[in-house]
Order: sequence, then C-alpha cells, then structure tokens
Amino acid sequence: MEKFVQIEKVGQTFETKKGKFVALRDIDLTLRQGEFVALIGHSGCGKSTLLNLIAGLTTPTTGVLLCDGREIAGPGPERAVVFQNHSLLPWLTCFENVYLAVERVFGQKEGKAKLKERTAAAISLVGLDHASSKYPHEISGGMKQRVGIARALSMEPKVLLMDEPFGALDALTRAKLQDELMKICEKTQATVVMVTHDVDEAVLLSDRIVMMTNGPAATIGEILEVNLPRPRARLELAHDAAYIDCRAAVLKFLYEKQAHVEKIAA
Amino acid sequence: MSTLTISGDLAGALPVDRSTQNAPSGDCTSNPPAQAVKETMMEKSATPSAVESGTPLAEHLNALGRLVMPPVLGLLLLIGIWYVATLSGGAIPGPVKVWDAASVLFADPFYNNGPNDLGIGWNVLASLERVGIGFGLAALVGIPLGFMLGRFTFLANMINPIISLLRPVSPLAWLPIGLLVFQKADPAATWTIFICSIWPMIMNTAQGVQRVPQDYLNVARVLDLSEWKVVTKILFPAVLPYMLTGIRLSIGTAWLVIVAAEMLTGGVGIGFWVWDEWNNLKVEHIIIAIFIIGIVGLLLEQALILLAKKLTKESS
Repeated sequence: MEKFVQIEKVGQTFETKKGKFVALRDIDLTLRQGEFVALIGHSGCGKSTLLNLIAGLTTPTTGVLLCDGREIAGPGPERAVVFQNHSLLPWLTCFENVYLAVERVFGQKEGKAKLKERTAAAISLVGLDHASSKYPHEISGGMKQRVGIARALSMEPKVLLMDEPFGALDALTRAKLQDELMKICEKTQATVVMVTHDVDEAVLLSDRIVMMTNGPAATIGEILEVNLPRPRARLELAHDAAYIDCRAAVLKFLYEKQAHVEKIAA
Repeated sequence: MSTLTISGDLAGALPVDRSTQNAPSGDCTSNPPAQAVKETMMEKSATPSAVESGTPLAEHLNALGRLVMPPVLGLLLLIGIWYVATLSGGAIPGPVKVWDAASVLFADPFYNNGPNDLGIGWNVLASLERVGIGFGLAALVGIPLGFMLGRFTFLANMINPIISLLRPVSPLAWLPIGLLVFQKADPAATWTIFICSIWPMIMNTAQGVQRVPQDYLNVARVLDLSEWKVVTKILFPAVLPYMLTGIRLSIGTAWLVIVAAEMLTGGVGIGFWVWDEWNNLKVEHIIIAIFIIGIVGLLLEQALILLAKKLTKESS
C-alpha cells in the first residue's frame, strides 16, 4: 500500500473568543503501510492537532483525510490512540482495560475465550503478564503507558497514533519502552504516527520525520527520510554517521530555521 | 563498512569506560572504612527495631488506646456534666434514672400491646422503613435525573432554576401537600423524606457527570464504545463517588426530617414516640430517644462511609 493514510490540503481553524485561530494550514502528507512517522516541532505547532485529525477526534475545517481509501469521519478502532497520560480507566484492572478494547473490536465475531486470549497476548507483548490483574494505581508510570500501548495494539489497528507516549516518563524508562516499541513494530508491521518533542526519539524510531513550522498557521516545514537499517541498536547508533547527520538536520530545523518563537518570547 | 568501524570504535571505547570507572574506587582508600561505618550504623539501628517488633501486641494496644481514649473521655465528661447538673433534682432526670429506664425499655424492645403501645424496637424500625422507602424512591428518581442533567446542558438550564427555588424549602412545608394528596399520614411522611433526599442526589450526580475527565471520554470515543458501555464502564464508575456523597448527605437529612415529620403525623415511629412520651411526661424516655436517634444516625452515616470506601477502593 503506497498511500495508506492520505492527508490532503488539510487546514484546521478554531473559533475562539478573540476570533478565528488558524492552527494548521495546507497539510499534505501520505503515509505508507508499515511506516513509522514522527511529527516533531516546537510546542504549539499543531502536532497534536494533526494527530487528533487523523484519529478523527476533530474534523478538519478544510481538506480531507483518508485512511485505507476511506474518508476519516470520526474516531474508530482501526485508528488506535496511545494517549500521553495513558488514560487507563482506574476502576478496571490492566486486563479489563485491554479487554474493553478487544471486546469492542472482536466481540461480535469471536467467543469469550478467544477474546481473553487476545487480551492476554496483547499484555504479554508489552511484557506485563505479571501485572495483568493489577489496577492502574498499583503500577508504575512506565507500566501504565505499556498497558496503554497494549490496549491500542490489541485492537489490531490499521494505524497506531501516539501522542507523546513517553513524554511523562523518566529517561531510562523511556529508552526501555522505545526499544520495546521498536521490537513490537517489527513484529506487528504496524503503521505508526508518533508526536514527539524528543529529537533522539524521533531519529531512533522513525522511517520519516515530519518537521512542522511554528504556529499559528503551522504547516509541514521539511520531511526527513531516516535511512538507517533495522533493527536499530541505540548504543551503536550513537556513533553512526548517518544517525548523527539526521539528528543534526532535525536540530538545525528546530533551532535555526524555526527558532523565532523563542526570539519573540524573549 | 561503516558498521565495522562503529563496532571497532565501541570495542575501543568500552574498556576505557571501565578503567575510568574503576580508577576512583581503587585510588580512594577512604571508601572501605566509610562502608564499614555505614554497616555498623545499620546494625545499630536494626537492633532496637528488632526489640520493638518483638512485642507487637503492646504496640497494638498502645495504638488502640490512643484511638479509643479521647472519645471515651469525651463521653465520660458529657455524662459527668449531666450527672452534676441534675444532682439537685429538677425536671430533667439524671443519668442513673435514665439508665434504669433504659434497661427496662431494652429488656423487651419488641413487645406489641396493640397499635398504640409498641416496643421501642418497632418504633425505630417503622421510622427506618419510612426513610428507606422515601430515600429509595428519591434515589430511583434523583440519580437518573442527575445523570440526564449532567449529560444535557439544555435540560440542566431548564431544571436548575426550579431546583434552586425548591431546595431551600424545609421538607416539612411539603407535609400538608402530602397529606392532601395521599389522604394518609404514613405516605405523607414518606413523601417528605422523598423531597428532602432528592436534591442532594440530583445535584451531586449531575456534578459528577460534568466532572468526568475528558481523557476517559476520549477513550470512549476512540474505542467507539456503545452508549451502554459508555454508561456502565465509564460514566457510572466515574460518577460513583459523587453519587455516594449525595446519598450520604441525603440520608443524614432524611433521618433529621423523619423525627419531625412523625411528630406531626403520629402513628408509629421514633418521632411519634418522642411526642407520646412527652405527653406522658416520661422525660427519661425522651432522653433515651435522643440517644437512639443519634446512634442510629451515626450508624447510617458510618455504614455509607464504609460502603463508599469499599466501592471507591475498587474503582480508583
């Protein structure tokens, strides 16, 4: 599938008390199946707005979004979202949180035993078998985020949308989860769009990095192809010339070409 | 080719790292003694804790004493003041007299000498039954109504002014309306309970629904859950703590109101019993009734707090 997700001339305008606020304009982007794309940019550049548009949580003011040939008209389980703050339901165990999603997607076709099997497999995929019957408040932040990922993956989505999934975690946990995510993506061949602030994370994980200009009226500034062979190993990449070049390119975009936000603020 | 050079670099870099890590610990001779000091300190601090943990029973008793002593002292103080105040005689009986009357009364709380002379147990149960029915009906109406007010802003804007208007009215003002409509004392008293319990339940439930975190609703939207699943898996558990607060407030008010309502309506019930004993001038029985009303109210409240704790523990 060359054009799995198509975003065509999409713009997003919000009505505010002070009048119209143009958040995004002229977004054209096509995602291939199985591709890992990172959206990066300064805060307020509309990365999350773009992700919400793909998720169908908001509808675009102009333009159209297609997923697998169909227009995105609203949220749906074929576009699973991993939220920044995990958003697990606190009154359900980890298992039940994932089961809720599994039941929604496969409940009409499959029996209970099969649904439970799927749930257990998803939890196993993120390595949380031992915490399956625990409640979210009983486990650590990193584990919660893993349950969030398991919930999203359990639905076998066409696209996995991640809104700064590791933003609230400490550096060590984040690195561990990034490694796990890479393994999972390799195993499942998932198509992923991830919003991030973290340059290293973007280069390490992505096939392409979509760099966004500063808001308001943000749009895509540059797209960087990350041609690093997979599987990627964090330690080896630290000295890889191609990795260092990619990293430098993103940093250059963020801190030279799009640095005016800080200048205005200062 | 490039990968080869990288692995070469890494192989070169790693031993260097190790040697730099090893260097300070090898040079620093003060390190081992410092560790030894730490260990001995740990041993020292470990011994007293072992002694303490050897007598856990004494610890527990101590903690229990600290917990129980103040309330018991307070109660003794109250009874002491009461005793001293009634020493010189007067209309109010002293604790000893009340105690004697109570032991007679509670010797047979469930006697039945016809509808006008029932044991104290029957009277309390009759009141609890009225509260239960009125309160139950209020929950049946109030909680779904609260859900709807929380969900639909238009409805909330429509109903909220009416609630604001009616809520400050004393529930007893509704008693004549109840008597008029039902033509009987008993349902009229239940009606009063219904009216006074329904407001906190509506308002707390509605507030709970409005405060369901957007994150949870986003989960519902992304999963595209059915309305039934949204209500049972997300809204209901999220609103439950608010609902329980409403229920707790309601039952407190209901128990306050039932005594007054029964005084006016007559029949069987703790409120009526108080009035009856006043007519019989058995003041010690009135004091007993005050204690009973207080204790039952306390138990109701504590039971609901316990229930709320149990339910929210499961849900949070």
